[in-house]
Amino acid sequence: MRYAETGFNLEIDLSRGNIERVATEPIETELHLGGLGTNAKILWDRVPPEVEPFSPDNLLIFSTGLLCGTPVPGANRTIVSTISPQTLLMAYSMMGGFWAPELKFAGYDKVIIRGKSPNLVYVWINNDKVEIRDASHLQGKGAIETGELILQEIQEPKAQVAAIGLAGENRVYFASIEQGRSSASRLGVGAVMGDKGLKAIAVRGTKDVNVARPDELLELCNEVLGYIKVRAENPIQGVPPILAGLGSPQEMAVHDEKWHTENFAWGNARHRRKDFWNEEVEKQWTETLENSRERFISCYNCPMKCGATISVPELSVYMMKCYSKLTYTMASMTDLDFGLRIAQRATEHGVDAFSAPQTMAFAVELYEAGILTDEDMPGMPSDAEERFFWLLERIIRREGIGDILADGTYWAAQRIGKGAEEYAHNNIKKHEQLPLKLGMLNPIYFLMYCTGEKANITQIEGQFPQAPFPSREEREEFVKDWFQVPDEKFKQYFVDWDLRGDNSIPYYPPIEATCEIVDWMEKMHYIDDSTGICAGLSSFPLKPPYHIHNLPRVISSATGMDIDEAELSRITKRNRTLVRAVNVRRGMRRQDEKPPEDHWRRRFPELEAQLLDEYYKFKGWNNQGIPTKESLHELDLDYVSEDFLQRGILTDDGTPSKEAPAETEKK
Amino acid sequence: MGEKEKKTVKTIKIDADKCNGCRACEAICSAFHATPKYSSTNPARSRIRVVRDPLRDIFVPVFAGEYTAAECMARDRYVIDGREYDECAFCRASCPSRDLFKEPDSGLPLKCDLCEELEDPALEEPLCVTWCLSDALTYEEREEEVEEEEEPLEELEIGLESLADRYGFEKIMDTLARMSEAKKG
Repeated sequence: MRYAETGFNLEIDLSRGNIERVATEPIETELHLGGLGTNAKILWDRVPPEVEPFSPDNLLIFSTGLLCGTPVPGANRTIVSTISPQTLLMAYSMMGGFWAPELKFAGYDKVIIRGKSPNLVYVWINNDKVEIRDASHLQGKGAIETGELILQEIQEPKAQVAAIGLAGENRVYFASIEQGRSSASRLGVGAVMGDKGLKAIAVRGTKDVNVARPDELLELCNEVLGYIKVRAENPIQGVPPILAGLGSPQEMAVHDEKWHTENFAWGNARHRRKDFWNEEVEKQWTETLENSRERFISCYNCPMKCGATISVPELSVYMMKCYSKLTYTMASMTDLDFGLRIAQRATEHGVDAFSAPQTMAFAVELYEAGILTDEDMPGMPSDAEERFFWLLERIIRREGIGDILADGTYWAAQRIGKGAEEYAHNNIKKHEQLPLKLGMLNPIYFLMYCTGEKANITQIEGQFPQAPFPSREEREEFVKDWFQVPDEKFKQYFVDWDLRGDNSIPYYPPIEATCEIVDWMEKMHYIDDSTGICAGLSSFPLKPPYHIHNLPRVISSATGMDIDEAELSRITKRNRTLVRAVNVRRGMRRQDEKPPEDHWRRRFPELEAQLLDEYYKFKGWNNQGIPTKESLHELDLDYVSEDFLQRGILTDDGTPSKEAPAETEKK
Repeated sequence: MGEKEKKTVKTIKIDADKCNGCRACEAICSAFHATPKYSSTNPARSRIRVVRDPLRDIFVPVFAGEYTAAECMARDRYVIDGREYDECAFCRASCPSRDLFKEPDSGLPLKCDLCEELEDPALEEPLCVTWCLSDALTYEEREEEVEEEEEPLEELEIGLESLADRYGFEKIMDTLARMSEAKKG
């Protein structure tokens, strides 16, 4: 018997209309766990670098995490992996909600989509019965609306539906896949789904998911729930309210938005408004949220309430979480009421709430600068709110200027020219980022922005505080019950970290410590991305209930494998390296690894180069960021180095390849 | 009138306003009732289900009550606070009109046992209550004077009764006899 996983994937070829249930090899679980790890292996094996994002040979993988469907609290994430049309690299976007556990209960670990359907279709997975169904009547429907219509059609209210809106159908590079209260938004996975002619996947399952050592696992689950209660009663002192608790930031519950509105940038990630938050704004925004928020809601088997149902007059109900609450408001320089209204449309159309508002603000800025003119934007309203609605509708339909903007700021700037490139300033690897503009370079964040393969800071940061606390006493207090650290030395790194003086950024933490801190934070995310445990209970918040000391036991008791901290770290490093290998094979090199260009006002080129050099070494990569033959061998990834040698990416004598590939360009 | 006797009335109080729809109650219920205990999870086997329709703000945890062989003459339809609850949303019965509270494999009825049947020593409260950190579920016990009652049916008896309703008593007897012969042989 297989434990925690089902041992079967569903392979669906949409070109041929072929559906197969394929048994998986247990060795893959031992080597990669599941979720992102096994997705990366499949992409390495089956999607060579010549395959373009919109090729029928590109795969779109919907994976459960290894622990989804077990009683492990918060293990509910769906990991969607493919090749991104925007970055041309591996995309791995994830969503919470209810879809992944339902797929497990239907008897599958992954749904692997290949080919392209000539007509729009949806897939209906009902335990052993799997059908490809016509979806022509769903063309143009909103993502949530589609979910509702499909549930009526299949007459199964307990099914879970992941769907795209019009943005996905029209291959908008930042189209999302929406599901329940969650979405896989980043890196254009919805565009690939639309390109494949796949409108939705509905799933219903009524089978068992087994675990190997039930009593041991239950005890661990109860410890986790107990600690969640402890943390609820003991918010972390000295950090903004939004960072004090567990979960993804509790945006739907919090009214005090001083931290976001004054520290994050408005417009096209340009302006900080340091005196924005006042009593009047607070009163108005509180009223807006109280009037539109119906209920706090959770994902499957999770006590956190990171989301809420939002009901705005005259618009259908939708669900929202996290920072999407503010991205449209701040990009458009308007207020929360507008933000909640346009987010309803954006959710139905299915677009990413970081990239979409940034791209619209970018267009407005180009217009104000005279780079885009009335000729490019005929009929664009002058009012800030109406403009955003106007732009959104054009983008998701790829009409006029919308067709250019639908590729995101990087590619749009390339096509517009006339200096537009300077306005596409908030990207890493061509992908729009959180709108944050700060003063002094932070070495930890520098490395995370440069090397984070998910191209999203919230999906790599988390375990180590974002900034030092003002006094040593506060820092000593913080580390007292900080048992989540992998090693005691991390406590010292934090205690010694000052706001000013010798022990402050950018030269503190020292380079070696910086490497260790970044590596720890990244490792925790890669574990979650394989197990399907939500980062909100694990890798994202400070002092989380899941950590490097209990995760090996959670995984071992659920799966029956015997994994200790060292082995879990090794598996995780293997997965992380394999993701990098997929991207290196697609041309990613050191020159692609940069933070958003004006993220910090004060930059230190020499230090930055040193940081990258040392971190690459720490990770077992050469100075181009390519995993070395030796480090690949240590991770049982010899097949990767053989491929690299054959392609001339690595050379036999270990010197860096002479070939200096251009930044990954669109063919 | 029969004799009066003291009885402990056990209640899971459901505050639907606090339900966040996470279905942890379903997960832990199905795990607790698995054999061996906690060895598998399957909400379809759970004896508590969240009737959940987020877009209409419907979140109603319902735990399984008695098995009944017959459908009601009419179905419930409540409107509360402008929200319409249909398809027997508040009903606890395992009945022919819906697939709720039936073993997915056998179709046999499921009934909430307050986690008492299998646990030794007894739990302080049913596990769905423990796992509901939103406090939508709370456990209460109170003493009441009640009429003397018949002994409640055992789980096996309820199951057999439902099989008899479906296949007829004769057929069940025949099948049992044949099975026991086969076992001996």
